[in-house]
Amino acid sequence: MKRHFAGLMAGTALATLSALPAASQELTIFWAEWDPANYLQELVNEYEAETGVTVTVETTPWSDFQTKAFTEFNAKGSAYDMVVGDSQWIGAASEAGHYVDLTEFFNKNNLTEVMAPATVKYYAEYPSNSGKYWSIPAEGDAVGWSYRKDWFEDPAEMEAFKAKYGYDLAPPTTWAQMRDIAEFFHRPDQGRYGIAIYTDNSYDALVMGVENAIFSYGGDLGNYETYQVDGIINSPENVAALEMYRELYGFTPPGWAKTFFVENNQAITENLAAMSMNYFAFFPALVNEASNPNAKVTGFFANPAGPTGAQFAALGGQGISVVSYSENQEEAMKFLEWFIKDETQKRWAELGGYTASAKVLESPEFQNATPYNKAFYETMFKVKDFWATPEYAELLIQMNQRLYPYVTAGEGTAKEALDALASDWNETFKKYGRVQ
Amino acid sequence: MATNTLASSPPVRSRGLSDLAIRNLFIIPTIVFLIVFNIFPLIYSLGYSFTDFRASVNEPVKFVGLENYRTLLSDEFIWRNFTITAKYVLISVTGQVVVGFGVAMLLNRPIPYKGLLTTLLLLPMMLSMAVVGLFWKLLYDPSFGIINYAFGLGTFEWLSDPNVALYAIALADIWMWAPFVMLLSLAGLSAVPKHLYEAAAIDRASPIYTFFRITLPLVAPILMIAIIFRTMEAFKTFDIAYILASQPTTEVISIRLYKMAFQEWQTGLSCAFAYIVLIMVLAITNIYVKYLNKVKER
Repeated sequence: MKRHFAGLMAGTALATLSALPAASQELTIFWAEWDPANYLQELVNEYEAETGVTVTVETTPWSDFQTKAFTEFNAKGSAYDMVVGDSQWIGAASEAGHYVDLTEFFNKNNLTEVMAPATVKYYAEYPSNSGKYWSIPAEGDAVGWSYRKDWFEDPAEMEAFKAKYGYDLAPPTTWAQMRDIAEFFHRPDQGRYGIAIYTDNSYDALVMGVENAIFSYGGDLGNYETYQVDGIINSPENVAALEMYRELYGFTPPGWAKTFFVENNQAITENLAAMSMNYFAFFPALVNEASNPNAKVTGFFANPAGPTGAQFAALGGQGISVVSYSENQEEAMKFLEWFIKDETQKRWAELGGYTASAKVLESPEFQNATPYNKAFYETMFKVKDFWATPEYAELLIQMNQRLYPYVTAGEGTAKEALDALASDWNETFKKYGRVQ
Repeated sequence: MATNTLASSPPVRSRGLSDLAIRNLFIIPTIVFLIVFNIFPLIYSLGYSFTDFRASVNEPVKFVGLENYRTLLSDEFIWRNFTITAKYVLISVTGQVVVGFGVAMLLNRPIPYKGLLTTLLLLPMMLSMAVVGLFWKLLYDPSFGIINYAFGLGTFEWLSDPNVALYAIALADIWMWAPFVMLLSLAGLSAVPKHLYEAAAIDRASPIYTFFRITLPLVAPILMIAIIFRTMEAFKTFDIAYILASQPTTEVISIRLYKMAFQEWQTGLSCAFAYIVLIMVLAITNIYVKYLNKVKER
């Protein structure tokens, strides 16, 4: 009996072992914890149905995303086969050899033509204009604005606004108009406030928020090829833009000093603010009545123009890269070939992902699919991004350190904050040998 | 008969584990664990603190001598972080000692449901720091937080006002850790011999005299231990400060160290920073321990 049982166990073990190689291939994609990651999981489930390859989208909160990804990269870990990394990581990840060079793949599939130009420039190419590519644009994103249509279209409000400012109350087309509207709706005694902007300084929220003003005021962060910052980051345009951002902070709800995408959507869903800054990727929650009781009265507009008519927005979004330490690189490349197909990109957009495919973006189906897709399409052709050099994190922290006290507490002046930042950045670039 | 029974019983085997077994099962694994996870990284990171090592790049590591220490000690932001931390430690530990010891004094008298009350008062310190941080964030919310509502403070900005935020964080820390001081103080208070109080009462000593001449000197050693623990912990505070606010005025050294090590990936520099912090904590603890020994000698 004992011998019979042992034979049975051995047979079972053998059967199990022999079944293992037949188990499906697995791929893991690492991304931040947000709705697009859920949409991507839905998309890759279809890939599994087609090919039998299991793809898991593993997520972590935004605040830990960079730390967790780079900890794994630095340890040369193979936990992730692909990563949908932030655009500013590309310098650090490519120079350190964490990302697989996708230039050949990019050229073979003519992706410079297939994907929207801004997404290729900021998500995929490093160094700038080098023709070397490290990511496939995956989730296009930029900052846009939501607003309360019912507040804007209230006849009494419209009349009062026109009487006070001399022009019609409508979604702003300039930052000056946006300031007026924010001031007009700022009524703390009624628990109603003018505007919700990004202020959290723990990662890139505040910086991205200020960038929206800087870029539309005609300013830049520096020369990304020569690393010159003096006279650029502290230019008169940037000083005026920062002063405007500080002024807008005065029209935010109370306690608005550590806010990012969650709080800014809450400003609309909880009747706090008339207008709210946020990435387009967070707008699906605002048109969904289950998550926004004001969904029917929520409208959207693109980042307004500055005083000279320049109109740009801060770029969000990410490209998908193959991790150099992955043991499944070949399989990951096959997945990318599937991912860039027109029909996959179309399906990606249908599921809620922001495709970077130029063809899909230009299609009327995409532009009419949601109330904000048209604004998204327009914005994606006028975006700018933060530094993508390997030392971007230091630059980001320095910008937070210099701007935050001015924006949220009014310490010093905009000029002083930007002059100090120019000096910090110069020192950092000197330290890394980028300038003499 | 009884003697016969004893004589015929088998020899008594020693109970429990032998010294050798204790050494092999408990002491050696603990020492190995400490060496691998504490001592080795400590020594390894000391080496890194003299280099320009960055864990995020594949570049050769260069020996830079004391450059990292020089850079840190001449950085205005680092000094600001130290000042903020010192202020935070002072406010937080003082608050915890005053509240904790005060509550212990109240509980050290015959009151109904004393056991239940003590258990309930201990609950905050059993919570996770992250939970306490998120919980106090809601309490402090200017729009719907219960604190402003209860005290009629309107939309007072506890965490957005750079001049108030550090006090708000310290208050949450006091709420969480005062029970720890209370627990140790209560142990100290219950150990004070009753006859001393009886003698003081016979001598008609005032309550204040009794407190300063009997209670405080006898509880002081255990209170000092509580202060040492709380000072070391407050010096290393991260979670609660990180969750509650991101003001430059609340950036304690642990937060700056975290950013330097895991956001900027300045590994060598952050190792040097960690050593500076370690030396400071050791120095402060040493001062306390010396004072504690003095108190014990009295």
